[in-house]
Amino acid sequence: MTNQRTIFRNAQLADGHVVDIAVVGGNIEAIGATLDLQGTDINCEGLIALQGLVDLHTHLREPGFEQSETILTGSRAAAKGGFTAVHAMANTSPVADSAAVVEQVFALGQAAGYVHVQPIGAVTSNLEGKQLADLLKMNQSRAGVTVFSDDGKCVSDSLLMRRALEYVKAFGGVIAQHAQDPNLTVNAQMNEGALSFELGLTGWPQVAEEAIIARDVLLAEHVGSRLHICHVSTAGSVEIIRWAKARGIEVTAEVTPHHLILTEDLVKDYNPIFKVNPPLRTEKDVLALRAAVADGTIDIVATDHAPHTADSKDCEFGQAAFGMIGLETAAAVVQTTLIETGLINWTRFQEILSTAPAAISGLSRHGQQLAAGNAANLTFIDPTARVIVGPESESKSRNNPYLGLELNGQIVHTMFEGTFTVKNNQIQEIHND
Amino acid sequence: MKHLLSINDLSRDAAIDLLNLAVEMQQVNTRDIKKLPALTGRTVANLFFEDSTRTRISFELAARRLSADVINFSAKGSSVSKGESLKDTVQTLEAMGVEALIVRHNHSGAVNTIANSDWSKAVVINAGDGTHEHPTQALLDALTIRQRVSGIEHNGDLTGLKVLIVGDILHSRVARSNLLLLRKLGAKVAVSAPSTLVPATIARYCDEVYFDLDEALSQKFDVVMMLRIQSERMNSAFMPNSSEYSFGWGLGDTRFSKLNQNTLIMHPGPMNRGLEISSKAADSKQSAILDQVTNGVAVRMAVLYKLLAQEKKND
Repeated sequence: MTNQRTIFRNAQLADGHVVDIAVVGGNIEAIGATLDLQGTDINCEGLIALQGLVDLHTHLREPGFEQSETILTGSRAAAKGGFTAVHAMANTSPVADSAAVVEQVFALGQAAGYVHVQPIGAVTSNLEGKQLADLLKMNQSRAGVTVFSDDGKCVSDSLLMRRALEYVKAFGGVIAQHAQDPNLTVNAQMNEGALSFELGLTGWPQVAEEAIIARDVLLAEHVGSRLHICHVSTAGSVEIIRWAKARGIEVTAEVTPHHLILTEDLVKDYNPIFKVNPPLRTEKDVLALRAAVADGTIDIVATDHAPHTADSKDCEFGQAAFGMIGLETAAAVVQTTLIETGLINWTRFQEILSTAPAAISGLSRHGQQLAAGNAANLTFIDPTARVIVGPESESKSRNNPYLGLELNGQIVHTMFEGTFTVKNNQIQEIHND
Repeated sequence: MKHLLSINDLSRDAAIDLLNLAVEMQQVNTRDIKKLPALTGRTVANLFFEDSTRTRISFELAARRLSADVINFSAKGSSVSKGESLKDTVQTLEAMGVEALIVRHNHSGAVNTIANSDWSKAVVINAGDGTHEHPTQALLDALTIRQRVSGIEHNGDLTGLKVLIVGDILHSRVARSNLLLLRKLGAKVAVSAPSTLVPATIARYCDEVYFDLDEALSQKFDVVMMLRIQSERMNSAFMPNSSEYSFGWGLGDTRFSKLNQNTLIMHPGPMNRGLEISSKAADSKQSAILDQVTNGVAVRMAVLYKLLAQEKKND
């Protein structure tokens, strides 16, 4: 980071205003129609300038599964996708259920230097769903954990869920629930319906998600706590969350990019690239989820970026790992499915991919309005670009479900704390000493 | 058609051709010397990742009667039990020059995974994949019905016939393949099962659903096909217990005695005698259970001949 000035010229803000943005050090120095300042000019005509994107749901796999992803490679993929902050899920090995592990993840994120890596702590020790993890210690650690999740597994025990919700309230934490009744989804492989019967694959019924969400919003209401629902995938879940919000329950919800664009039909050739948890659903669900983002029932889009080695996808469908990568394509999928369809505008885009996820987590330097004095975490998108998704990726894994698909929009520049991580579509080498 | 993975791979005419070819193979099977030179010098592998005796030996006999070299690979005692991946197993057999893979696998779609991969150029024949399909079983059932039920027009199909399939429709690969094939051939196919063992979307796949077997049997079916009930279904709350299953959906002596004497009784085997079918029913004159076994060899000869001798020639 130098103290030289960078001036982004003629960028369009989410609200449509065209401005110059001057950055010095790690902060925005000035923002205005035509800034009379000297520095390195970056021509941003035709580009949309947004607050750096924030992902509330990222699997970086380190420690423990470095063959799939590391904090460095995942951070680079995030930067390429326009993100300046990601939340690293706790299902690593060892599990991020102690201050020591979350501090290590936090430090590795700082060392990588591409994005703010905010660890998520496990709700229960070793994700076993039996007893609470060191939630306060993780919160008080240098990592300052505020979001807790057993993601990958559901906190299915009602009493434990109640206690977790109550316990983290004391320090402003939030439980992010992976809503999946384990008894209803034993060995489940795909959405339950006509297709699962035809293919002979064990179904993952929608009620297994909806029943947990219904229970948890009632628990959150009962104990007066904040609840976040991960990767909502069904039209029925949307209805329950809408009802809960109308009732004044403090619940937020996320949807993944893939649940906004892909449907279960893709599974019909048993290609494990399309195996994900929760599973791809139907067209009706996709449309309900899109509408829910537009009307505010769903608060954020989060990637659930889940890298896996080639081997763990090059096998029988039933043996294959669940999950797909998504950091680099998230913004384009959201633009394609929500902006190009006229469902949302860029202001809402910025809310769901930056302001709201940062607010749920309580990040201080992300999701802030683009204004003088605020952090220089910025993303510049060329909304007119049309890109056919190719196999190249900054991620260590290639389980990309969008190969060959044409998407709207491309990340042109990403700036993290005043430093370019992506410039002119190219990832930058960061030398952090 | 390169592979036989699903009944969906067959048109109505292709299915009838296979059945007609199987009739020719049956004639070979009644000769003193039961052998044709059609596949001399060709190698086929039985790749069985799941226990099966009858299907494996039926395929083995079929291949041998066509003079093919047959190797048997079963997951038990092979490197699979040491953790070898499907990919490595298939590539190993490919490297040895195997031309057809007859695959039984506990995962639905494993045969599609092999056929769609670049691991092997071999012909893939589905010998039962998970709870998905078992196409040669459906073909041998269709052949058995065609030969045992009188009054079928000689256009080779099953138009006008009424078939009832009884049992675990949800998990049965035999039921899936039969629903697809018998209806393709013009039969009306009904199912009867406890409601926990039929999918909610069953209406698209059959002509009638009866949760009450006695009501179903009063409808005078030409064929009643009983499915094997797996004991593990009782443990995962699909059924209270096996005696309740027998009471509701078993073809016991009482139900058997009320059955029209022309109604053909079928079962893909292995049977749980006294559970889904009584010995009296299974061993009766109207039972076609052993014919099914006999026809299995002929049908599998026809499939091997079609895929290895006829289709390959056209490449």
